[in-house]
Amino acid sequence: MTAAEWQIVWFTAWVAALSSLAILPAGLAAAWLLARRDWPGKSVLETLISLPLVLPPVATGLILLQLFGRRGAIGGFLHDRLDLDVVFTWRGVLLALSVMSMPLLVRSARVAFEEVDPRLEQIARTLGAGNLRVFYTITLPLAARGIIGGMILAFARALGEFGATIMVAGNIPGRTSTLSLAIYQNVQLGDDAHAFRLLGVSVALAFIAVWGSELLLRTSRQKP
Amino acid sequence: MYNDDKSTSYGNAEIGAGFRHRFVVVLHRAALVNSSMNKGILGLLTWLAPLALALPLRAAEVTVFAAASLTESLQEIAASYETQSADRILFNFSASSTLARQIEEGAPADVFFSADEAKMDRLETKGLILRKTRKSILSNSLVIVVAADRGAAIERPGDLATDRVKRLALAEPNTVPAGIYAKEYLRKEGLWSAVEGKVVPMENVRGALAAVESGNAEAGIVYKTDAAVSRTVKIACQIPAADTPDIRYPAAVVAGSKQTGAATAFLEFLASEKAGNVFGKRGFVVLKPGSPP
Repeated sequence: MTAAEWQIVWFTAWVAALSSLAILPAGLAAAWLLARRDWPGKSVLETLISLPLVLPPVATGLILLQLFGRRGAIGGFLHDRLDLDVVFTWRGVLLALSVMSMPLLVRSARVAFEEVDPRLEQIARTLGAGNLRVFYTITLPLAARGIIGGMILAFARALGEFGATIMVAGNIPGRTSTLSLAIYQNVQLGDDAHAFRLLGVSVALAFIAVWGSELLLRTSRQKP
Repeated sequence: MYNDDKSTSYGNAEIGAGFRHRFVVVLHRAALVNSSMNKGILGLLTWLAPLALALPLRAAEVTVFAAASLTESLQEIAASYETQSADRILFNFSASSTLARQIEEGAPADVFFSADEAKMDRLETKGLILRKTRKSILSNSLVIVVAADRGAAIERPGDLATDRVKRLALAEPNTVPAGIYAKEYLRKEGLWSAVEGKVVPMENVRGALAAVESGNAEAGIVYKTDAAVSRTVKIACQIPAADTPDIRYPAAVVAGSKQTGAATAFLEFLASEKAGNVFGKRGFVVLKPGSPP
């Protein structure tokens, strides 16, 4: 493994982890609203969040590119007002990974929230706890397992993201190149040895993530 | 409709026509039965089916793997070729490096049209092209492009090193011909170390063009012919041919081709005057036949 290869591995792992954390507040809020509240347009939001799961990743990438490009509605604002560029930077990678992995977190967390018995929350409220306190002391701890499972799924999805990333962030060595982009690039170059080493790392990372989540679920299941 | 005189001029097409005739009769009966229930789409389909069956038997389909910069020219040339030949031309446009790699992996190409000699050399060394058919057909030149609307103020190549350019879009500079040419040029000008950190490497030269079109890169280096197909970029600076490596587009029949006859015929058409006029119109330099490979 060369220094450049390690850089790719660290960068990929970091951005994937960062994206799993970045989607947490909005993801949990959406999951909770979907699980506990009814409001007009609920099914529309539900569909929108799940869309990246079924759309071709490249199509999602194109939508993001249009929105966040320097001439795009959001990208133009960020560039002109805040001097912040998204496309072709690490922020682009973060954006692509976040959008692509969001549905996995929301789906898992939603199921987890639905499984929390509403009566427990009501009891807490009768004892004088406010909504926020009920959420942090009752709902969240009881749903934690499903939420962590969703985060690990989201992380694993982010590790392997390709289509949206290459559209939004390009494949700039040392800047935006992730494991999957680098593997593709090396196969294109005919540098198979390089590609195989990165393949090995990908398999190891994915294995650890999934195995870790299994272990986590098993130990938390054994608790009374 | 299903049995025109062109198809009967081929031996196997005659057998096919007989079979198809019977098939068509069955289909027509089916169409009659169906018409009482569903007069629309199904009936139409059964009438069109013989047409679809007639096509593949008539002629060869020549698959051409060609550098992305050749897209519009070759499409125009193929359209003109198809009016004089029964053969159909199919294209796979991409970076020459990608195409060479695909041919190495056994992709079903009949003709390879590369944007540099190096990729063709690589395939020739591996015995993957028919050496005798290889010829260098075109040359091209590089330009620096910026967005036509709100583009960066670039007047000379040295401006690429200033902070007016935050990102410079190139085709991948280590593998894709347009990128290799651009990198060589920037090296020669002593600019490479100053711009290397700004380079956004794209899949092929059209990717680099698109990055400038969208405004996401302030400048890019592409072929003159690419700049000509885009309305949203303008040429900031022409790069004299003498300052770049020799840009050459060789073409050859792929050794694995199952229809070398049809492939060679199209290759010859590519070197013809008629094709040359199209290439010339689009800004390519047509190389004289017999120039050294």
